[in-house]
Amino acid sequence: MGLVVAENITKIYSVVATKVSKDYQAGEIAIRALSEVSFEIDPASFVSFVGPSGSGKTTLLNLIGCLDKPTEGKLTVAGTDVLHLDRKQSAAFRGNNLGFIFQDFNLIPVLTVYENIEYPLLMVQNVPGGERKKRILTMLEAVGMVDQKDKYPDQISGGQKQRVAIARALVTNPKLVLADEPTANLDHKTAFMVLESMKKMRDEFQTTFIFSTHDQKIVGEAEIIYSLEDGELVGKQVKGGKKNG
Amino acid sequence: MGNLFKIAIRNLLRYKRRTLLTASLVTIGVVFVLLFISISGSFKNMIIGQMTDSMLGHLQVHRKGYLAAIDNLPLNLNLKMQAYKKLEGILNQQPEIEAYSPRIKFGGMFSTFVETTNIRLNGVYPDQELKTVPLLPSRLTNGTKKTLEKGEIWIPELMAKSMKVNIGDTVVVIATNQDGSVNGKQFKVGGILESVTGPGGRDGYIHIEDAMEVLRMEEMEVSEVAIRLKDFSRLYAFTEKLDRLLSGELNKQGKPVYEVHNWEKLSPFYNIARMIDIMALFIKLMLIAVVLISIMNVMIMAVYERVREIGTIAAIGTLPGKILSMFVVEGFSLGLLGVVAGNILGFIIITIVNFSKITFSFGRETGLILTAKVAPMDVLVISLIVIFISVVASLQPAFKASRMEPIKALRHV
Repeated sequence: MGLVVAENITKIYSVVATKVSKDYQAGEIAIRALSEVSFEIDPASFVSFVGPSGSGKTTLLNLIGCLDKPTEGKLTVAGTDVLHLDRKQSAAFRGNNLGFIFQDFNLIPVLTVYENIEYPLLMVQNVPGGERKKRILTMLEAVGMVDQKDKYPDQISGGQKQRVAIARALVTNPKLVLADEPTANLDHKTAFMVLESMKKMRDEFQTTFIFSTHDQKIVGEAEIIYSLEDGELVGKQVKGGKKNG
Repeated sequence: MGNLFKIAIRNLLRYKRRTLLTASLVTIGVVFVLLFISISGSFKNMIIGQMTDSMLGHLQVHRKGYLAAIDNLPLNLNLKMQAYKKLEGILNQQPEIEAYSPRIKFGGMFSTFVETTNIRLNGVYPDQELKTVPLLPSRLTNGTKKTLEKGEIWIPELMAKSMKVNIGDTVVVIATNQDGSVNGKQFKVGGILESVTGPGGRDGYIHIEDAMEVLRMEEMEVSEVAIRLKDFSRLYAFTEKLDRLLSGELNKQGKPVYEVHNWEKLSPFYNIARMIDIMALFIKLMLIAVVLISIMNVMIMAVYERVREIGTIAAIGTLPGKILSMFVVEGFSLGLLGVVAGNILGFIIITIVNFSKITFSFGRETGLILTAKVAPMDVLVISLIVIFISVVASLQPAFKASRMEPIKALRHV
């Protein structure tokens, strides 16, 4: 234990969870969605949380994403103890440190592809015009959507939408990108392409990617796999393939 | 800010039919208010103009206590020569005054040698009176000259008809003097005046020197001094100023000599004018209710339909204040759209109304042409009210959106 503490002090992790639990109240009954989960995630990792439906994947991602707070335990994300952030601080923290990729893509329908990617730079980070344009074009090129930049979300395919969502998540240079079942609404071929895009982005921008999935074929793409069952962390599998040190 | 407007407008265009319906409601409300204000306001101003410019003047100065007894036209409450001269001195120094006219008002008997009736008369200096109430000559029926000579009388039309008096006829005016004696004088009918609604609308006119003769006044006394201002909009300020100036003039008992009243205190039409203003206020309140309910309804729907979007933008770090602004700007834009369309449509309809030369009657006055006019300040005030209410109506839904928990919003189906 002493060694772990020493390592925590010297090494900066993307995420450190220590005995994190989360209870939900369903009427008078408290349901434990996560039970004393502990793990550390290195920067620029490509990590997956896997498990069946109801295992606590989404709950864990929500906690890491500062969208929810643990009932017990300690959680540090990008070097910040997120337990004590208030609503506004959480929003600011998310805007400056995290990127989100959603299962349903969640693009803003009234904005074009370009504008969707621009949104967090403009409305969250207030990045100046010139810099904004440069970063958006870099992202559009990285996800191969330059030609589609003026289209609205309802004019592009599911795979393209998710690539736009990846670009939107990464355009703010986040330390960590969280993706909850990012391929659930895609066919396998597209799902693999999206994951490839994510990996490519990880390599290019050194961003930590954490995604959840219950699709066994997709799981294999992750470099570190945490298995969850009934809210408990039941396994960790480290695979080769991480390209950076 | 520009981006908030861009997003707001695109969101409004997303539900074109709903936006159009709501904006139409606001537009119709604005058009109705503008029309009502322009027509009722013009009617009010026209009647006020008729009364002040053909009878009352903008304001009047009396001896203290005269107004309370004005129905009896009490000669004992006239301003004496000294008091009038002092008043004249003060009035001559006021740059706001265009003209003023001293009047001797009295009641008497009017006889055609065949028939006799009561008459209320104004003794005036014609030149001063016509400068103070410039529309008075317009009340003279066709064919009569527009000046009042000594020895002439202008009589109200109704009296002329009922007594079968024509221009050029000789008549007698008999009046009781201040000491109780009776005196009479022959006059030639020099003009017949159309009656107008309001106090003094059925009075006759004679030269002030003739009035002094009938009333056996050795030196001039004045019942009232009617005043016309260069700028009617300065009425309240000037009334206050003159009141302040005259309140320092005290009699031997230490009481004020003069009292100042503007047309509002002198005419019962003021109550009608106030009713018109109150009705305009109620119409504005209805507009506020229409805008408030319709925009709030649309914004509540907008928030409800976009819960997941709100969750998304909140999750990616949009601060609650900015989410609130997004919806407030949307409500503001909707209100602005209604205001712009309402003002344009209102202006077109007002132009059509004026072009149509619609006539109306008021009292015995017929053929008055309705001239709908709306002051730029009214347009500005109505526009600001609508926009303000639009913002207020969006606040509650916007606040709700900004307070949404992203995690719950993202789960919303």
